[in-house]
Amino acid sequence: MSTIVQDQKYRNSQKRKDAFISTFIGFFAFVWIFPILWTIWTSLRPYSDVVSYGVFSWPKRLNFDNYFAAFKQMHILGYFLNSLYVTIPAVIITLFLGSLIAFVVSRYKFKFSLPLLLVFTAGNMLPAVLVYIPVFWMYIWVGDLVGNRNFLYNNYLGLILIHVAFQTGFATFVLSSYMKTIPKEISESAIVDGASVFTHYWRVILPLIRPPLAALGVLMTTWIYNDFFWALILVSQDSKRPITSGLRRLNGEFVTDFNLLAAGAILAAAPTVILFFVLRKQFISGLTLGSTKG
Amino acid sequence: MDTTVANKKVRSRRSLSRNDRFTLSAFVGFPTFVQLIFLWIPALATILLSFTYWNGIRISDIKWAGFANYKNIFLNDTLFYEALKNNLIWLLWFSLIATPLGILLAYQIDRKIKGHKIYESIYYIPVVLSLAVIGIIWNFMFQPGGFIQGLMGRDIGNAVSIWGNYKINTYVIMAVASWRHIGYIMLLYLSGLKSVDPSLKEASAIDGATDWQTFRKVILPAMKPVNIIIVVITLIESFRAFDLVFIIYGSSTSWPLLNILVYQNFAGQGISMKGAALAVILLLLCIGPIIGYLRTVFKEDL
Repeated sequence: MSTIVQDQKYRNSQKRKDAFISTFIGFFAFVWIFPILWTIWTSLRPYSDVVSYGVFSWPKRLNFDNYFAAFKQMHILGYFLNSLYVTIPAVIITLFLGSLIAFVVSRYKFKFSLPLLLVFTAGNMLPAVLVYIPVFWMYIWVGDLVGNRNFLYNNYLGLILIHVAFQTGFATFVLSSYMKTIPKEISESAIVDGASVFTHYWRVILPLIRPPLAALGVLMTTWIYNDFFWALILVSQDSKRPITSGLRRLNGEFVTDFNLLAAGAILAAAPTVILFFVLRKQFISGLTLGSTKG
Repeated sequence: MDTTVANKKVRSRRSLSRNDRFTLSAFVGFPTFVQLIFLWIPALATILLSFTYWNGIRISDIKWAGFANYKNIFLNDTLFYEALKNNLIWLLWFSLIATPLGILLAYQIDRKIKGHKIYESIYYIPVVLSLAVIGIIWNFMFQPGGFIQGLMGRDIGNAVSIWGNYKINTYVIMAVASWRHIGYIMLLYLSGLKSVDPSLKEASAIDGATDWQTFRKVILPAMKPVNIIIVVITLIESFRAFDLVFIIYGSSTSWPLLNILVYQNFAGQGISMKGAALAVILLLLCIGPIIGYLRTVFKEDL
């Protein structure tokens, strides 16, 4: 009898504790989202209102003018398209190359398959600044070689290539650990049926790895779209800038009209946030495939 | 037994036609070529260049410098020590505050406290944002006309500088960096927690263990691989830091980081291979975590 009472007591105190924890975390969740809400709020007000009535003034006007202005004055659309032209090919090529190596390493055991996998995975983790000086000069030299300095430097191609080089390692690692879970018998029967290596890859394995490809696709789209370092270093021509480094330039130029800049920031953030909420499962499984192996 | 396996392997390799062998070499060769050209050869080149004097124009101008660049950095460069200090503060803050908070948050949300679904989504949002956007969003809080300035009763006309205040700017930068890091760690840990057998937690609760005991004695050991990944991510992210600070301070060295100094030494006024030497120092700091990561994820294969 007394144990039941005690149990009840314990459960009650646990309940109270949980309610407290929930309130606490809820409060911080509000703090967490507040800067984003504040940016949205800022983006809906004209700058002149803030100047004349103060930061916390009750808004006289709330509208989407800053968003229209962002497209007109900041050429946000151009930056968006640049990001798109870099991100989409880079993701597709990365997944393709990663799947090739992963296929060979996991389906055909060679002496060098483990070192190969190690080299690719390690490559993904190298600090970007370690390669940046030679890559920069290589881009300039190759440009001079083909007679067009903006062949790699200041061009989508250059950004695509460096992203592919850095991300292929992660794709290889995730895809190879997924492929190892595909039963050997599937490959064996394909080989017995006389399938060539290419058919084995294209018709047998590739259709089976759609889930990790989707997960990686979402994750890498986010990473490459969000990249700032390479966009800053390899592009100096404004018309070729991706949105991240474009936004940084606007940050300097429109420092006196931060309501307009707020609209730009929200627009730049929108694609990845929407992508995340639509394909949340893929995003999370992509990250955890890499961290927990399988 | 072993020999039959070996025989099988040999047979399967021999059975590859010439075409197939060509396809396989192309499959391996092309991605490897890209990796070598854009990653490993440049990395090697940077290491070599760090031992030279070069202004970056003609290859024939490269002169051997021995350890001069490194000596220069370690003996004469106060900025280097300041940057190193900032990177270490970053690391300490992340390891002692941000990462444990992320783990704690994951643990509570995993217990399905009230509102856990919406909290989870909110804490994830900063993870998918670009650090460039994060820098700008937080600028709206701190810059003249921003929210914090408003709280302090200051309008655009009489705003105070927060990024320029050396007493507090380190803490402010750390808080902003944690905004993303905590969510990132929570995401990774939460997915790990979901794979922990729930009966383990129940059993320890029935045995009368407190929350803290359950966490320390049951959850933490069961999460060993995730723990290692999180340590590695915390280390690497602390050394890699660049974007956020660059958005706030530009290429000035008001609040230097190692990455910012590399950028400065190459994209700044005079090009010197001190930048290459700094990049190599950064590599040396990262190499431990990289090896730790590889050993964890390839444990079964090595």
